[in-house]
Amino acid sequence: MNAAPIASASTAGGSLLWLAIILPVVGILASLLSGGRHAERIALLLMPTGFGIAIAIAIFLWRSGQPLVYVIGGFNPPLGIALRADGFSAVMLVTTALIVAAAGFYARAIFATPPGITEARAPLTFWILLQAIWASLNLVFLGGDLFNLYVAIELLTFAAVPLVCLDSRAETISAALRYLLFALCGSVFYLLGVALLYGAYGTLDIVLLSDRVSSEPVVWVAAGLMTAGLLAKTALFPLHLWLPPAHANAPAACSAVLSALVVKGSFFLIVRLWFGVLPNVPHEAVSFILAALGSAAILFGSVLALQQERLKLLIAYSTVAQIGYLFLMFPLVQGPNLWVAEAWSGGIMQTLSHAFAKAAMFLAAGLIAESLGHDRIRDLRGIGAVMPMTLFAFGLGGLSLMGLPPSGGFLAKWLLLKASIEAGRPIWGAVMLSGGLLAAGYLYRVLAPALSSDILHLKAPPRRSREAVALALALTAIALGFAPKAFFDFLQIGRVAVAGGSS
Amino acid sequence: MSILQILDIGLAGLVLAVAAWTVFARDAFAAVVGFVAYGLLLSLVWVRLFAVDVALTEAAIGSGVTGVLLIGAAGRLRKLEASGGDDELPGASLRLFAAALCIFVTLVLAGVVLSLPDPGPTLAPEAARHLAETGLGNPITAVLLSYRSFDTMLEKVVLVLAVVGVWSLAADQYWGGAAGNPRGAEPDGTRALLAQVLPPLGILIGIHMVWVGADEPGGAFQGGAILAAMWMITMMAGLTEMPSIRSRLLRLVLVAGPAVFVAVGVAGVAFASGVFAYPTGFAKPLILFIEAFMTLSIAVTLPVLVAGPPKRLRQQ
Repeated sequence: MNAAPIASASTAGGSLLWLAIILPVVGILASLLSGGRHAERIALLLMPTGFGIAIAIAIFLWRSGQPLVYVIGGFNPPLGIALRADGFSAVMLVTTALIVAAAGFYARAIFATPPGITEARAPLTFWILLQAIWASLNLVFLGGDLFNLYVAIELLTFAAVPLVCLDSRAETISAALRYLLFALCGSVFYLLGVALLYGAYGTLDIVLLSDRVSSEPVVWVAAGLMTAGLLAKTALFPLHLWLPPAHANAPAACSAVLSALVVKGSFFLIVRLWFGVLPNVPHEAVSFILAALGSAAILFGSVLALQQERLKLLIAYSTVAQIGYLFLMFPLVQGPNLWVAEAWSGGIMQTLSHAFAKAAMFLAAGLIAESLGHDRIRDLRGIGAVMPMTLFAFGLGGLSLMGLPPSGGFLAKWLLLKASIEAGRPIWGAVMLSGGLLAAGYLYRVLAPALSSDILHLKAPPRRSREAVALALALTAIALGFAPKAFFDFLQIGRVAVAGGSS
Repeated sequence: MSILQILDIGLAGLVLAVAAWTVFARDAFAAVVGFVAYGLLLSLVWVRLFAVDVALTEAAIGSGVTGVLLIGAAGRLRKLEASGGDDELPGASLRLFAAALCIFVTLVLAGVVLSLPDPGPTLAPEAARHLAETGLGNPITAVLLSYRSFDTMLEKVVLVLAVVGVWSLAADQYWGGAAGNPRGAEPDGTRALLAQVLPPLGILIGIHMVWVGADEPGGAFQGGAILAAMWMITMMAGLTEMPSIRSRLLRLVLVAGPAVFVAVGVAGVAFASGVFAYPTGFAKPLILFIEAFMTLSIAVTLPVLVAGPPKRLRQQ
């Protein structure tokens, strides 16, 4: 565990932080300006570069063992803005770079500008907005100032919503509108809370605020508004209504990015709020409520996933359930207890492994839907024999969701389970175990018919390279299960101890 | 009680009354009119709070541009309602719940705002202390274009994404076409007269507002919004039309603001203390340079957003 980071002095490697944000921003502007096929080329060119920057940030962080800081414009907070990277930020940056690149590579087949046309609507929009999601997520993970983070979630909303209705069917437009309304309400609530905090303490910098806040009504109202707003964007039960239609109807490459990454952006900010801004304000009751909502999400989302007729809707409801697990870390990361580091690692591991597993499953489902012309679960009998690689990717992703070893999902649930038992709160562990059983149930509904020996005819076989992308993501989710101890030490860099009694 | 205090209380009461009327209005069009009036009254409130910059922005963006957008939307909805589109009103219990939630949030906010320290902690002295480094006279412009210029640049990127999002709703066959009506579609005497008389004045005021923004209330956003309004007026009168969304010039102007902002910001690494820092002595000219391009981008972005997705192919 490390002491609170120094608020305002650029560190070695700090320049990488602004570079991680500016690079995709330049990509957005260049893509709109040059248009057509150039947008795709620019996006695919920047992705390896951006991945390199994310890795470099992780290396600098690993070497120094302290959060990286960069002060923008030479004005120190509170007047200016600082960017900061801790262990959680760094792994999210790397994950985002990988999944965005995977989605981009996978989408080349669908969002290529058709020959004979200089520019087409869906491809141009897709390549610009994919870079926009990437830029705004990087800002979410690095922003050290609450208003700067508001701009980040605004960018994220405007990037994510149009991706839902790229194929402009009526039902996708209504799903996108509903998503937009939830997301904008969320932004307004967040902004109200930010304004209250500024009014009370005269700064928006996270580290400076964490020293100044105390447990008083204005802080509780502000934190309540911000959390409610961010929960709407994260789609935690009961604010999940917008998610299944939006994620299930979007093109598969977009669903993967939305489900794997975009909902994690607002989750990341909830973690920042309670563990970065308010670590000195005991918040056990709030943590209990968040974990209770998370438990409800796990049970409710899984049961609904069991009832879906369409594969993509099943995966979307599974996201509703898996988001629930993320909130089980809150009551376990309290006070100076021994299990806090385990619970923190477990929560982050769940974020990462769900991102890779869910992206793999949506991409696999997209291939199935393209090859069959539909994604009705009862008509998938025999798909395993004709699309083995795709189904294998889907199955490996499912393995991680169920929490079976060896997988990142297993490690995440194991760490959280261990922490819940050590903390004397086995109830959260019980929820996790039943969630795993339910996940096994809804995945069995897909895998059992898929592996039957019926003969199925494909409209068109999937391209091998696109199957490989899905499989690579699924294998990453599995590989996370072999993470060494050093990885978990890395996740603790910059974690601030939360006030509160040991129980 | 002084006259000003009585006027303030009257103004506050009027704002609340217009807000309530907007919420309870049955007709979407009436609600929009209420919303525009509400925005104008709110800008008066900002003037009374000595926040002239906020007042100008509220009048130009909050009331003006948003008002035009909402009137357009209400007009389309009315066509839909007339053609017997399904008019699904949410149930009574849902509406009661929404009302209760809004009232609850309002009361909690009011209670907390009254409990805030008075005078509150503020960064205003800090902002004023560093004003000399920026060469500016208006501390608000210093916040927007120097201390927190990173936010302002990213807000411009939000506008670019909004344009991409609106365009993405086009029908595929109209990609490369233009939004709005073609030139000369609505030859209307009075409107055309207004569109010929107003713009010369408006353009002058818009540019003036950007120029004085360095030292006094005003700036790129407010000035850009006025320029945008002038273009919209001439378009509504059928004197000008939207260019094709594939027009290289249009795209160049749309990205010019954020692109120049990013370029100057990154140049700070080589010529100043870091990214988005200005070299000593060059802050003010560089800020005005950025603002010029931002004004241009805003003046074009807002009408493009109001015009909506392309819905016709442009005759060559």
